[in-house]
Amino acid sequence: MLSIKNLRVSINNKEILRGINLEVKPGEVHAIMGPNGTGKSTLASVIAGRDIFEVTEGEILYKGKNLLEMPIEDRASEGIFLGFQYPVEIPGVSITNFMRTAVNEQRKYRGLDPMPANEFLAKMEAKKNLLEIHAKLANRSVNEGFSGGEKKKNEIFQMAMLEPALAILDETDSGLDIDALKIVANGVNKLRRPDNAFVVITHYQRLLEYIVPDIVHVLFDGRIVRSGGKELAIELEEKGYEWIRAELV
Amino acid sequence: MDGTIVANYNIKDTLLGLWDDNSARICMNDSARIKELRKESIRIFAQKGFPNTKQEKWRNTDLSKMLNHPYNFPLEPDLENVDLNEVFRCDVPGFETYMVAQYNGWFIDRGNQLKQAAEGVIVCSLAEAFVKYPRLIEDAFGKYAPVADNSLTALNTAFARDGVFIYVPDNTDVAETVQMVNLINATDGVFLQTRNLVVIGQNSVLRLVQCDDSIDDHIGFINSVTEVVLADNARLDHYKLQNKNDRSALINNIYFHVGAGANLSTNAISLNGGLIRNEANVTLNGRGGHADILGVYLMDRNQHIDNQVFVDHAQPDCTSNELFKGILDDHASGVFNGHILVRPDAQRTNAYQNNKNILISDKAVIDTKPFLEIYADDVKCSHGATVGQLDSEAMFYLRSRGISMENARMLLMYAFAAEIVNKISIPQLQLRIDDLVKKRLRGELSVCDQCVLHCNAKEQKVAFEIDMSKI
Amino acid sequence: MEKDQNNILEEVTQGDYKYGFYTDIEMDTAPMGLNEDTVRFISAKKNEPEWLLQYRLDAYHKWLGMTEPTWAHLHHPPINYQEIIYYAAPKRKKELTSLDEVDPELVATFNKLGISLEEQKRLSGVAVDAVIDSVSVKTTFSETLEKQGIIFCSFSEAVQKVPDLVKQYLGTVVPSDDNYFAALNSAVFSDGSFCYIPKGVRCPIELSTYFRINAANTGQFERTLIIGDENSYVSYMEGCTAPMRDENQLHAAIVEIIALKEAEVKYSTVQNWYPGNKKGEGGIYNFVTKRGICKGNNSKISWTQVETGSAITWKYPSVVLMGDHSVGEFYSVAVTNNYQQADTGSKMIHLGKNTKSTIISKGISAGHSSNSYRGLVKMTKRAENSRNFSQCDSLLLGDKCGAHTFPYIKTENKTSIVEHEATTSKISDDQLFYCNQRGISTESAIGLIVNGYAREVLKQLPMEFAVEAQKLLSISLEGSVG
Repeated sequence: MLSIKNLRVSINNKEILRGINLEVKPGEVHAIMGPNGTGKSTLASVIAGRDIFEVTEGEILYKGKNLLEMPIEDRASEGIFLGFQYPVEIPGVSITNFMRTAVNEQRKYRGLDPMPANEFLAKMEAKKNLLEIHAKLANRSVNEGFSGGEKKKNEIFQMAMLEPALAILDETDSGLDIDALKIVANGVNKLRRPDNAFVVITHYQRLLEYIVPDIVHVLFDGRIVRSGGKELAIELEEKGYEWIRAELV
Repeated sequence: MDGTIVANYNIKDTLLGLWDDNSARICMNDSARIKELRKESIRIFAQKGFPNTKQEKWRNTDLSKMLNHPYNFPLEPDLENVDLNEVFRCDVPGFETYMVAQYNGWFIDRGNQLKQAAEGVIVCSLAEAFVKYPRLIEDAFGKYAPVADNSLTALNTAFARDGVFIYVPDNTDVAETVQMVNLINATDGVFLQTRNLVVIGQNSVLRLVQCDDSIDDHIGFINSVTEVVLADNARLDHYKLQNKNDRSALINNIYFHVGAGANLSTNAISLNGGLIRNEANVTLNGRGGHADILGVYLMDRNQHIDNQVFVDHAQPDCTSNELFKGILDDHASGVFNGHILVRPDAQRTNAYQNNKNILISDKAVIDTKPFLEIYADDVKCSHGATVGQLDSEAMFYLRSRGISMENARMLLMYAFAAEIVNKISIPQLQLRIDDLVKKRLRGELSVCDQCVLHCNAKEQKVAFEIDMSKI
Repeated sequence: MEKDQNNILEEVTQGDYKYGFYTDIEMDTAPMGLNEDTVRFISAKKNEPEWLLQYRLDAYHKWLGMTEPTWAHLHHPPINYQEIIYYAAPKRKKELTSLDEVDPELVATFNKLGISLEEQKRLSGVAVDAVIDSVSVKTTFSETLEKQGIIFCSFSEAVQKVPDLVKQYLGTVVPSDDNYFAALNSAVFSDGSFCYIPKGVRCPIELSTYFRINAANTGQFERTLIIGDENSYVSYMEGCTAPMRDENQLHAAIVEIIALKEAEVKYSTVQNWYPGNKKGEGGIYNFVTKRGICKGNNSKISWTQVETGSAITWKYPSVVLMGDHSVGEFYSVAVTNNYQQADTGSKMIHLGKNTKSTIISKGISAGHSSNSYRGLVKMTKRAENSRNFSQCDSLLLGDKCGAHTFPYIKTENKTSIVEHEATTSKISDDQLFYCNQRGISTESAIGLIVNGYAREVLKQLPMEFAVEAQKLLSISLEGSVG
C-alpha cells in the first residue's frame, strides 16, 4: 500500500530524514518510535504533503502511484489521513460544516454525489457513538478552545468519518490522560480492517499496550535503525533510547 | 462669554515679521541645505499657520487659547539675572546622571565634563554644534523631522537655534545617563522653539531622560522638536518627564529613526501640565528593528494631555509595542491618537497598540483613536482601547480587608499606572518615578521648584500603610 | 509554495459578478442633470403635497452650499452631478393589483436574482417590496399585514396614504443637511420603503425590500423610513443588485429608523451592488446614510450588514441611544476584492442612562482593494452606566490590499465603560494544510475559513438571508459561480 524508498528530506538545507525505507501492507499496524527530534513528525508531514520540506532524494509510492507529485488534498482523497500532533484552530467553522465539506470534496474526487444531509448527520452520530465521544461537537468550531484531549479525540473522530485507507497518527497519545488514551486506542482498534493500515508515531510504549502493532520501527537521527515485532517496543521501554544510541556508536 | 474683552494677538504675523527681520542672524551658521530648509519651513508655516481644530489630527486639542497671548520670542540667551547655583541647587541623590540644562530655551554650560568625552561622545549645545561639528549637523539636522505636513515642526525648523546635541560614535555604551532639563522661568511669557538632535552610532547604547519643568506658574509655550537617529543595532532608553504648570503649553515632537536591529524604548510620563501634546513619530527603517512606545498620564484640574503616536513599519520583520495608560480627574481632558502604518513590503510585522483610561470625574473627557493602516498581509497587528473606572470588585475586595475607600482608590490608581512605571529599566529612575506617581496621586506633587525629579530636601517620605508590591 | 498559494488566492479572488444582467423594460425618466426643475419634476411625478416639495427644495438649496466629504479613506474621480438621471421608472400602463400583472420581464429579473416574488410569497412568507431604479414595483403581502395595522408599502404610497406619519418622522433622524449625500437624497429621493408597526404589534413575518439599479446613467436615491411604535417588533431585510456597466453609477440612500418605548427594530442588509470589473472599471458608488434612534426607554435597534458589492462603499449605520436602557447593535461583514474600496462602520451615540451598544465588524480584503472600518462611540455626560464593546477584525487575502481601522472613542462620564479590540491577520498556512489534508481544496478551504471568520455576524441574519449571504461571501472571493 505504502512504499517509501531511500527518502531524504531537508528543511532550510538541513537534512532531517537521511534515507528512510518503509513498506506498509493493508491490514498492518506499524509503530514508529524514537526520541524527540529524530524526524518522526517530518516523515508524517512529508507523506501528507506538507511543502515546507524539500524531498532531495527517494520516492514514496502509494497504491502504486507517485505520492510526491500529488497535491495535499488529492492524497487525502486517495485515502491518506494524518492525525496531527498539534491540530490547528479554525475559528467560526463548525465541525459539522468542516466534515461535511471534507466528506463531500472527497466524494467529488471519487466521482460520487454529495452525501445527503440526513445521511451525513446520521453518520456523525454513529461515529460519535462508536468512539464514545459524548461532547457536543457539532456546533463547536474546529479545535477552537478545545483541550489537548478534545483535540486528539476530534482527530480520531475525523478519521472515523473519512474512513481512510492509510492513517498516520502523529503522537496522538501525547498529552492524554489514561481515559482519553483508551478512547483514542479503542477508536483505532474499532476502525481496523483487513483493507486499511495504520502508522502510529509515538514516543512512549504506553499507547502500544492498547494498539498492538504488527511491526515496530525505531527512527533515530533520520534513519530507521531497527525494525521488529511488538517485543521491540517493550525492549525499548526497558532499556531506553540510550541503548540504541550506544549500539549505534 | 462673560463679557470680558478677548484680545486677539496674531502670533503668526509676529513670527513671520520676526523671521523677516532676523533671518540673517538665525541662519548665521547654516549650511546651504539648512538655509534652504529654513526658508522652505517658514514658507510652509506662512501658508498653513498654527494647527486648528478643523484638522483631523487636532480636532480634540485646541491651541487657540494658549496662542492668544503676547509672548516674548527670545532670539538670544538672557542669563544675566540667573543664579545658576540657585537653579541647580542639587542633583538627584542616588541617581547619577550627566545633567545638561536649558534655561528658557538656551543651553547652559555648567562646565561639567562627560566621562566618555575622550571616546568621542559629544553632549553639547546645538548652537555650539553648528559651529564645532558642522559635518555631523549637516548629516542629520532636519533630515528626520519632515516639515511638509506639520506646521509646528516647520515653525521650529525655521527658528531653531539652540537645544541639546548628542552624538554617540559606533560601538560605544554611554555609561552615564544623560538628563536634559528644560527649565522655564520668565515672568512675561516666552514662546520657545527648542530643538534637539541625538545621533547614536551602530551598536551603541544611550540612556536619555528628558525633563520639562516649570519653575514658576507663569505662562509659556514650548514648541520642541527632537530628532533621534538610531543606527543599526543601536539601543536607546528614552524617558520624557513632564511636570509643567497649568498655564503652560508644551508641544513635544520627537522623530525617531530606527535602523536595522536597533531597539528603541521611549516612555512619556506626564504628571502635570496645562496643555501637553506629545507626538512620537517612530520610523522602523531596517529589518529587525523594535520599538516600545509607552506612556502614562495623570491629569486633573483643567489640564489637557494629548499623545499622538505614529509608528511607521517601513521595513519587514520589525516589531512595535505601544501602551498608554491614563487617569483623568476633575475637568481634565485627554486625547490618544495612535497610528500604525504597515507599508506594502513590511511583511512579518508584529505591531500592538493599546490605550487604557480611567475617568475619575464626570467632568473629565477622553478621546481615543487607535488607528491601524495596513498594506501587507503577513502581519500580526492588534489594538485595543478601553475607558472605564476603577474595578469595583477590586475596590470591594480591598475595603473588605479594612482599607479605607480613599486608600483603596489610590492603591488601584497606583496599580493601574504601575504597569508603565514598572517598565522603566533604570532602577534608580524607576524608584524616583514610582515615588512621583504616588505623590501625584496623593495630590502632593504640584510644580516643584526644581526639576521634575523633585530632588529638594524638603521632600516628604512617602509611606503607604500597605505594601504596594503585593497589589 | 508561497507562489502557488498566491496564484490560487488570485484565482479564487477573481469571481465574476453574476447579477450583472440588464433588463429591457420601457423606462420613464427625468432629463439628465440636477436643478430646481428636476426636484419639482420628481415631486410632481409623485403627486406630492406642497410641504414635501418644500422639504426637497430646502434640502436642494442646502446641498448647493455643501461640499463633498473627503475624510474617508477612499479615492475616486470627481462625480459629475449633472450627468446623472435622477428619476427613472418602469413605464406602466395601469395600476398593478396582482402579481400576474407585473411586467413579465421584471418577474424574470427577480427570478434571476433568486427572489421570485411568487415563490417568496408562497414558500417563505416574506413580504417583498421590490424597488427597481427608483420606483417601488410591487409590494406583496400588504393585505395580510394590514389586518394587524402594519403599514408596509412604498414610500410614495405612504406619502399619499399616511402623510401625517411621514411628515411627523421624515428627516427627524437624518436631517436634510446632515451630510452632503443626505442633502442630495433629501432633494431627489425617488422611492423606497415605508414601514410602520403599531403599538404592541409583533410583525409576524420578515419584511423585505429588494433594490435594483437597472437603467443606464441613473442614480438611485431611495428613502426608507421605519417606525416601531411602543412595544412593537419588526425584522426588516434589504437586498441590492445592479447590472454590469462600464460607467460608475451613484447610489445615495437614506434609511431612518425610529424605535419608540420598548420597541425593537432589526435591520439586515445584503449589499451586492455591481462592484466594477477586475480592472476597477465601473461599479456603484454607494454613499449611504443609515441611522436609527432609540427614542424610548428599553428600545433596541440592530443593524446587520453584509457588504460585498459596490466599487465604493461609504456607509455608517448608526444608533442614537436616547432612551434609558436602550440597546444598539451593529454587525458587519465587508468584503472587498479587485479594486473595490469600502469605508464603513458605525456610530453609537449614547445619550440615555444604562444604554448598551455592541459593534462587531469583520473586514475581508483581497486583490488590490482597500477596506476600512471607521467608527465612533460617544458616551455623553448624561449616559451614566453605559457600556460599549467593539470588536473590529480584518482578514487580508493577498499582499496588494489594505485593511485599516479608525475607531473614535469619546467618553464624557466616569461610570461608562468602553472597550475596543481589533486584530489583523491572514489565513495561516497551517489552517490551509489542515483543510487540504482532509481533502478540502484550497479554494473551498478559503471559502470555509472566511465564512467561519464571519460567522459571528452571519448568525445575526434572518435564515433566508444567511444562506444567501454565505454563498455571496464565497462567490465574492471564489472563481466559481455557485
